[in-house]
Formats: sequence, C-alpha cells, structure tokens
Amino acid sequence: MVDVQAYLIVAAIIFTIGVFGIFINRKNIITILMAVELILLAVNINLVAFSVYLGDLTGQVFTMLILTIAAAEAAIGLAILVVYFRNRGSIAVDEINSMKG
Amino acid sequence: MTIQEIAFYIFSSVAIIASLMVVSARNPVHSVLFLIVVFFNAAGLFLLAGAEFLALILLIVYVGAVAVLFLFVVMMMDINFATIRQGFVRYFPFAGLVGLILLAEIIFAITSIPDVGGRATLGGVAHPIPDPQQVSNAHALGRILYTDYFYVFQLAGIVLLVAMIGAIVLTLRERPGSKHQNIGRQSYRSSSDTLQLIQDKPSGQGVHNG
Repeated sequence: MVDVQAYLIVAAIIFTIGVFGIFINRKNIITILMAVELILLAVNINLVAFSVYLGDLTGQVFTMLILTIAAAEAAIGLAILVVYFRNRGSIAVDEINSMKG
Repeated sequence: MTIQEIAFYIFSSVAIIASLMVVSARNPVHSVLFLIVVFFNAAGLFLLAGAEFLALILLIVYVGAVAVLFLFVVMMMDINFATIRQGFVRYFPFAGLVGLILLAEIIFAITSIPDVGGRATLGGVAHPIPDPQQVSNAHALGRILYTDYFYVFQLAGIVLLVAMIGAIVLTLRERPGSKHQNIGRQSYRSSSDTLQLIQDKPSGQGVHNG
C-alpha cells in the first residue's frame, strides 16, 4: 500500500507544473486554461488521498464538486474564447485590452 | 515492491511527464492529447487509492467532455503557432524559479506533517469508508451524497445549469439573413387573424358570368 505522502508529492508536482505552465505560456490562453485544469486535478488528487488516508468519504464527495466546477469553468472559458476570437480574429492575451482595465 | 507500488510509480511518473508536455508542447492540439494522458493516469491513481467511482467519473467527465471540448475549440480556431510561442524563453527562468520555490515549500510542508496514523484523527470521522468487500465505493458515495450532502449535489447541478446557459448565451449568434423558425410567433398565431372566409356567389353559376 502506497502511503499518503507519495500521493501528496505527486499532487504537489502536478500543481507546480500547472502554475509553471501559466507563467510560461503568457501568450497562449488555451494552454493557460489547460494549466488551470492541471491545478484542479492536483487538488482532486490531494482530496482523494486524504479521504482514503483518514478513512472519510467526505473528501470524495467534494472531489466530485470540484470536478463539476472544473467542467463548468472549462465550458465558460472556452465559450468566452470562441466569442473573443470571432470578434477580434486572434486570441493573443496581451492584445486583450478592449476594457482598458 | 508490491504490484500496487509499481503501478503507483508508473501512473504517477507518466502523469508528471505528460503534464510537463502539456505546458511545453509546441502545438496546442498535442497539449490537449497530453492532457488526456494525464487524466487517464490520474484515474489510475484514483483506482489505486480505492476511489473507483471517482476514477471512472474522471474519465467520463474529463476525457469524454472537457478534453473533447478543448480539442474542438483548438481545431476550430486559426491559431498562428509562431506568435503564441513568443516569450517562452524570456519567461522560462522566472517561471522555473517560482515553480521550484513553490514545489520546495509544498514538499517541505508535506514531509513535516507528523504521522498521525490515519483514522481517528482531527476529532473523529464524519462518514467512515465502509468495507469495500460489502459496500462498493459508488454505493457508499451515493448513500451520503443524496442524504447529508444533498445541498452540495443540488449546488453542483445549479453550477452546471448556469454554465450551460452562459455558454449558450455567449456563443449564440443571430445572423441577419438566416431563415429560422420563430417558435413564439408560430405558437401565437391564431386562426382568426390568418384564415378568412370569402362569401362568394352560390355554386352552379360559374366564375365568369358577368
């Protein structure tokens, strides 16, 4: 049986790769969205590992909630991306300044 | 080394390498395909941990829905691969530094947790995992999901509904020249303003008689 720390370290590595991906793909919003998915997956691995370690099913219920939120977030993000591409003809992140924010 | 440990190391190393490829692949289509590999291996990790229902849900939701959605969007857009790679080298040292610091901190925190020995910590267990020989994981999850966590379940449904309506509203486009049905106008049509009865002369007299 693999102990909980191994799961936590794997989740930490995947989380860090997600953060690293957000930093490194500054121009590419699709890869940024994929990096966010990686971060949420790492959180899910953490929750499942602790759920099994503590013998408590609650963590798995909340993993399901995060899974739902991640799917909704991907759908909304990609919809915004499609609308933006239709209006501007490009998805370059540094050109997104139409709101002058 | 037991078979579980071998499987764990295979799944986790493939997941880590594939997630590195997700953020560093040159082509976004390849990124999505590596993302699918990451999800498959994470599902394997869930299976090893004993959360088999979540493993299969992960496959269905992520690989079946989210990854295919990404693939559709990536292939629909005309992306210039040369420009989106700009800044990759420039940001690499900073991103690597931030990543290494973050990873070192998290691993330091994880390894400094005192071993509390699993069960019966943190003031008791709210919903203990039943014996998998008697009650399956899906059965046990369903027992608490539809009772104690019913509001969480409903909240997830509302989030999905909002996301669905939001995505439809965002991407719906009225084209000026399209010949589409207006269901509301169709339903509101009544026979009184479309049908009219024309009183003509009695039959047998013909049409052109005068």
